[in-house]
Amino acid sequence: MKKDILKVAGKSLRSRLIVGTGKYKNFSETAKAVYASGADMVTVAVRRVNILDKKKPILTDFLNPKKIIFLPNTAGCFNSEEALRTLRLAREMGGWKLVKLEVLGDKKTLYPNMIETIKSTKTLVKEGFKVMVYCTDDPLLAKKLEDSGAAAIMPLASPIGSGLGLQNIMNISLIIKQSKVPVIIDAGIGTASDATIAMELGCDGVLINSAIANANNPILMARAFKDAVISGRNSFLAGRMKKNNLASPSSPLKGLI
Amino acid sequence: MAKIQLNGKKVVIKSNFSIFDLLKKYKLVNKKIAIEHNGIIVPKTNYKKRYLKTNDQVEIVHFIGGG
Repeated sequence: MKKDILKVAGKSLRSRLIVGTGKYKNFSETAKAVYASGADMVTVAVRRVNILDKKKPILTDFLNPKKIIFLPNTAGCFNSEEALRTLRLAREMGGWKLVKLEVLGDKKTLYPNMIETIKSTKTLVKEGFKVMVYCTDDPLLAKKLEDSGAAAIMPLASPIGSGLGLQNIMNISLIIKQSKVPVIIDAGIGTASDATIAMELGCDGVLINSAIANANNPILMARAFKDAVISGRNSFLAGRMKKNNLASPSSPLKGLI
Repeated sequence: MAKIQLNGKKVVIKSNFSIFDLLKKYKLVNKKIAIEHNGIIVPKTNYKKRYLKTNDQVEIVHFIGGG
């Protein structure tokens, strides 16, 4: 069988699972969960260095950006200016051009502000960034994002960190059908089976943070997600059987005694 | 002496301190960081050329865990 590779913004990923690195107990647990997940790409945030404590460990002591693709995000940004400032700094840090844009619109739901998101995508694309974009599950807005030059469309399954799983399968299916760039579910996945369902629908990948980091055993859950994503992808590629309203016997009736 | 704002905190440094000197002081030389000096991103090649003066605002950022 031909190798099934996810191509996004010129990068080839063997794993269709992208994991976040937030909310873990410590960096050692983060690194162990990332390795258990088999992910080739991790999201990271950009924040101030703690100047009061020079000896505090830092993320890059545990995860090597030369071995795993860092995808800098704009988590916590509520307008285009903040998001652009963050990603320009991320680019300066190590030449990162591949970034994850998220411009939030509401503090309670962390729902994306799509007007600011589309505006920022256009600016970033003009500046040479490859932008993977967190967005709502509205097919029309997803299309607008693609037309604005997004490298990947990343609709939410449900609000960030909610663990409520896929809430609008129909919309996600419409987005998958119409998109020419990868569609990656970002946010809201609660458990491994949610990821399988997303992959069976035909999503190109899933991005998971809370569902792994907040599990009782994050490292085991990372492994569960690795298997769930592979399983869902294979199931999608295999093509499911037709649904019937009535039974169809699995054993032949001919030769019945 | 010069008083600057570093990552939102008041910090006193020697006069004629460059950004590179500041990084040395905080043991951040060769770390994966990015710097904004008075709202403008400073390319790595300019760390030794850029000097700090009183009331300057400096932001030093790095990657942390995030989703």
